[in-house]
Amino acid sequence: MSIKTVRKTRKRPKNVLILGSGGLKIGQAGEFDYSGSQAIKALQEEGIRTVLINPNIATIQTSEDMADEVYFLPVTPEFVKKIIVKEKIDGILLSFGGQTGLNVGLELYQCGFLTKQSVSVLGTHPHVILDTEDRDRFKKRLSEINVRTPRSKAVTSKRAGLAAAREIGLPVLIRSAYSLGGQGSRICATQKELTEALEVALANSSQVIIDEFLKGWKEIEYEVVRDSYDNCITVCNMENFDPMGIHTGESIVVAPSQTLNNREYHFLREIAIKTIRHLNIVGECNIQYAFNPKNGEYRVIEVNARLSRSSALASKATGYPLAFIAAKLSLGYSLTELQNAITKVTTACFEPALDYIVVKVPRWDLKKFKSSDQRLGSEMKSVGEIMAIGRTFEEALQKALRMLNIGVEGLVLNELTISDPWEHIIHPTERRVFAIARVLEDGANIEEVYRKSLIDKWFLYKCKNIVDAERQLKKQGLKKAAVSRAKRLGYSDVQIARLLGVDHDKVRAYRKKNSIIPFIKQIDTLAAEYPAKTNYLYFTYNGTASDVVKQKKSIITLGSGPYRIGSSVEFDWCAVNAVKTSKEKGYNSIVVNCNPETVSTDYDVSDRLYFEELTLERVLDIIEFESDTKGVIVSFGGQIPNDLAMDLYKHNVPVLGTHPKDIDRAEDRHKFSKLLDTLGIDQPLWSELSTLESAKRFAKDVGYPVLVRPSYVLSGAAMNVAYDDTALTEVLEQAAIVSKEHPVVISKFIKNAREIEIDGVAKNGELKIYAISEHVENAGVHSGDATVVLPPQKTYLETVRRAKNTTREIINALNITGPFNIQFLAKNNDIKVIECNLRASRSFPFVSKATGYNFVEKAVLGMLGEDVGNNYNTLDLDYVVVKAPQFSFSKLKGADPVLYVEMASTGEVACFGNDLFEAFLKSILSTGFELPKKNILVSIGHESNKMNLLGAMTSLAKKGFNLIATEHTADFLKKYEIPCKKVYKISSTKKPNVSEYLTKDKLDLIINIPTKYNKKETTDGFKIRRKAADYNIPIISNRQVAKLLVKSIERKGMKDLAIKSWSEYLDEKR
Amino acid sequence: MNKKVSLTLEDGSKVEGISFGKFTSVSGEVVFNTGMVGYPEALTDPSYKGQILVLTYPLIGNYGVPKNVFEQGISTVFESDKVQVSGLVIANYSKQYFHFAAEKSLSKWLIEQNIPAMYAVDTRELTKKIREKGAMLGKMECGKKTRFIDPNKKNLVTQVSIGAPKEYGSGRKKVIVVDTGMKNNSIISLIKRGIKVKRVPWDYDFSNERCAGVLLGNGPGDARLLKPLIKNVRAYMKRNKPLFGICLGNQILSLAAGGTIYKMKYGHRSQNQPCIIEGTKRCYITTQNHGYSIKENTIPKDYDVWFRNANDNTVEGIKHKKKPFSTVQFHPEAYPGPVDTEWLFDEFVKKL
Repeated sequence: MSIKTVRKTRKRPKNVLILGSGGLKIGQAGEFDYSGSQAIKALQEEGIRTVLINPNIATIQTSEDMADEVYFLPVTPEFVKKIIVKEKIDGILLSFGGQTGLNVGLELYQCGFLTKQSVSVLGTHPHVILDTEDRDRFKKRLSEINVRTPRSKAVTSKRAGLAAAREIGLPVLIRSAYSLGGQGSRICATQKELTEALEVALANSSQVIIDEFLKGWKEIEYEVVRDSYDNCITVCNMENFDPMGIHTGESIVVAPSQTLNNREYHFLREIAIKTIRHLNIVGECNIQYAFNPKNGEYRVIEVNARLSRSSALASKATGYPLAFIAAKLSLGYSLTELQNAITKVTTACFEPALDYIVVKVPRWDLKKFKSSDQRLGSEMKSVGEIMAIGRTFEEALQKALRMLNIGVEGLVLNELTISDPWEHIIHPTERRVFAIARVLEDGANIEEVYRKSLIDKWFLYKCKNIVDAERQLKKQGLKKAAVSRAKRLGYSDVQIARLLGVDHDKVRAYRKKNSIIPFIKQIDTLAAEYPAKTNYLYFTYNGTASDVVKQKKSIITLGSGPYRIGSSVEFDWCAVNAVKTSKEKGYNSIVVNCNPETVSTDYDVSDRLYFEELTLERVLDIIEFESDTKGVIVSFGGQIPNDLAMDLYKHNVPVLGTHPKDIDRAEDRHKFSKLLDTLGIDQPLWSELSTLESAKRFAKDVGYPVLVRPSYVLSGAAMNVAYDDTALTEVLEQAAIVSKEHPVVISKFIKNAREIEIDGVAKNGELKIYAISEHVENAGVHSGDATVVLPPQKTYLETVRRAKNTTREIINALNITGPFNIQFLAKNNDIKVIECNLRASRSFPFVSKATGYNFVEKAVLGMLGEDVGNNYNTLDLDYVVVKAPQFSFSKLKGADPVLYVEMASTGEVACFGNDLFEAFLKSILSTGFELPKKNILVSIGHESNKMNLLGAMTSLAKKGFNLIATEHTADFLKKYEIPCKKVYKISSTKKPNVSEYLTKDKLDLIINIPTKYNKKETTDGFKIRRKAADYNIPIISNRQVAKLLVKSIERKGMKDLAIKSWSEYLDEKR
Repeated sequence: MNKKVSLTLEDGSKVEGISFGKFTSVSGEVVFNTGMVGYPEALTDPSYKGQILVLTYPLIGNYGVPKNVFEQGISTVFESDKVQVSGLVIANYSKQYFHFAAEKSLSKWLIEQNIPAMYAVDTRELTKKIREKGAMLGKMECGKKTRFIDPNKKNLVTQVSIGAPKEYGSGRKKVIVVDTGMKNNSIISLIKRGIKVKRVPWDYDFSNERCAGVLLGNGPGDARLLKPLIKNVRAYMKRNKPLFGICLGNQILSLAAGGTIYKMKYGHRSQNQPCIIEGTKRCYITTQNHGYSIKENTIPKDYDVWFRNANDNTVEGIKHKKKPFSTVQFHPEAYPGPVDTEWLFDEFVKKL
């Protein structure tokens, strides 16, 4: 090999555009907030002006102190082009905004726009990215250096697909090219499955890939970094617990690899480096392998020439800031010129040595989508993930499972019913790992589990160790050796308490008396070889000393844990801002969180990071160690920390802000409703439910429908609407399983009411700042799924006044200090309180960015006893901001894409406009919606809905749209002389049938309004909605949204959507 | 039943662990290695002679120990014919291993080889201590007491070098490889390139023997003790024929050329040491195992610094300005560790 250094005389760009990834969706979540934020920091350090486009208002990257200009606009070629021209962009980063950012960037490159505008793509060249994205080009490039890829064929038609599958031989893996999270990918073992999968995949993408299916091969991944001087390193390798067949995003993953020997590890590493050099990637990328453990054969599955979920995980797993370094390399730096950010004395050109093990476990929310397929496969369904650090696999695994916050205490001793564990092992579900523990407990041997799961026996032996420790502990009882062993294998005090039938506080006391305590270790990238100034920490029972001493005068902020439906990046924004404010006020900031997708867990956000469990036990460990703390902030991480408030208080931990007893008074629906009664504040009629009979009686008294929900609700878990006795019975049977400890409350479900929300901050029971917003949808749609408007456009001033007064009374009664959120129903100027949270709500970043006031900062100031001020204008704005939900239904096979009391959206976006219509259109375009051009399918259930939408239908027809209507809707439209084409329901076999129209080239939009908000998925409406999701056809399923959409497209076209930055809107206000 | 072992360092500190090797007492110099894979290769590396090895990666034994395989008379699995470390200290031992190439457990192998080993040790804490105080003498005791012995005072090379010359491969060109305790893969790296290798004992006089070039391999201990070898190298250099040194060989060549070496605080023992080619921005990730280094201000003026450690700026290789003499302090032969600098063998072979 010759050693040449290529001198780069790259011109430094002045204005760099960063493409964000938009609303969080399955397969593309918080990791891109992390990578984008790092990129912005890296460029700003160089004095380069940064412009960011990202409609995801809940992100940290769209904060005031990040990019120089922020555009809350759709990440689509049309909008990006206009920004490039307006902002005189001369450099662009494509690889920090996930597949969304990458695809848009490639499109602009391919159409010649970037060249025409003299915009240079920083980092990996677009033609290189295309080499990795286009399957055929990819295989060709790799074959040039004799690197093996799976036998596969890219096809563009069903016929070619069938032929290719015959050639490769079943089973095969089918997936769409250019897709994120393996969308449309499926393992097909039969001809029938193959035909179906091809149809769906071809609807999503013009090119479909058919791969040989490598059953039982290991799945291994390397994160590779390369600079323009040809220095190339692998920062981290990772191994999947589950073998091939389960998407890596759906698999338990460990770092570093555990079962590869030196030869295998370095064999794959060398191929990685060879491949990345050959492809000529500059920056960061990952390479995924299938590896046959029996004979050392391998296949390169894919190379992602961009930051990814894996790179975020690798960054957190090693402490190596991949995104930051990648951004620097894209400016032409060499790796040797950059410093190891952790040690601050060594170079960034090195490969981290870990002296711990990391376990990642995905977090699913499949139960939220009742009819969706529960099996895991080659397609991603998880909505988030957590990462645990330990010094044994067992310790890290059990920590990880607790971190998921799904009600389990670890691998064993859970209250989980798994009726047929082998079924979960053979056909993997989210319970697979628990099923393995169950069969091992029942005496199954490792060989049998291995045969049925093909999971490497090393992992299974380790699971068995955990199971065996349980047996030993049971036999010996609370004895030092057994407890100590259990703790080293990751058992929690609660697990031990459960097993021995004692209280967990007693276990804790016993442990401390016997010096069985955890120690704190640093993540320093060099396994203690160099002294590191790192603040990145974890706890382990496999040690005898701690690396650090307690911090002086600290404030501990608890993060949000895993992203899931109802709790995601918005709480990370809150946590990061809470940390920032506490730092500014002179405190040492400490963060506790366990989610590798977050910015709050970045090495440079806090003074000290505990990458740890958000459980009572661990938080107490931290507080006992950090005994100089002023207190703990529980209000900015969503429900997980909020739920700890009372327990922390009982353990004499200072909780900052509203008193935990008052938090409990608001959280406990029973107590809260009583409080409202005392204050004379109206609320929907409610009753505490104990028996089915009394529930039925109550429902009869107030009249159906009724809303049923448990206490301590987040994201409407197990919330339901019952329209009759039968439905009520069914709902209650479900609820009883969900919630044993807290009583279930039922209330009258008020139809046709508006919903408004007040987010705000109080200090000592006094209102300091608030923002009021209204929902477009009537009550009955979960607030997290609603389209939210700020300032309100339709709510009467009198209603606003009343809501504000009621808010004041509640704040006073609960003596709130800190953030709060109250939700109201409004009907004819009457308001009823439906919910109150004494923590930052999901909408905190939205209201903060929409009004230009940082609500978190104000709240933390209040908690610290500082001046908060109270003269804030949040109502009289010259613009409107609309927040729209981002759904991931296309990822969740079988789920009904309909709005409901239970939350289903995975993310959100928000856009500014000069009026409601402009802001609304920008918002829905940001979620992937496309404005209709010609053909609209309308299917409207219920007479009242039809009447209500008559005006809207008339204007669509006038605007020249072709309306295609299902039977009753068509009859109705014809009665009012609105031209339309009548089609028959799917369930009827008559022609013309709806089913013939359900493809993207035949329909631009579907307006499907269900008859009522129930969960039956067998209707024709469901079939239409489901097809819409499968074929990516825009769909509106809510009456109010349909009306707003029609009004908006009546008034505005694409050209009317102004390209204005966030600061331009806020400046107008000031 | 778990048997206890203790490790006592010369500063008086003591840690306890559980035995999983031979239940016997030993003493040696305690060093740490931060590599995450490759315990069979590391344990058989003769450079560890006289040393008690602490592995910082906490999970060891996962894939057992493979069956030995010989090709052209040399093992392609292990780096020498036995376990070379005096003792092994780890955090967590995987009693159950799994790998298709595995033949036995690490524990069984260590017992067979009479090597004591202990687990359940806070190896990070131990490593920090060595980092702060420097490499220390230590003793592993299982009941029977023993005393501290400084292995560096002895000529360790005599214990690991080959007894009589041995030839490998069938190439046209012959390279004399001086065995000061070299790893097998250095020899394999040459045979693979069509070179005939004559492996000679450390004090063998090769200075006037017909050959295309000489390779000085790695090995344990203090190079300054190897006077006969230094003398032979000096004589050989007069012939202006290719000479390549690896690790200990790097130090030998420096000494022969008139430079000096010094003992580092705790050395470099890991698989992630970045080395930059002097004067460029080109950096290689290298595997290393050494406790001594060349003193930069004593490098003879005919030589240039070739490689430099990007972390601590120590010299990692030198090159003669005109003559075909070059050395590296790291291990281009890898095993364990990255193979990024294997091209150095190509460069050497080209010069022959």
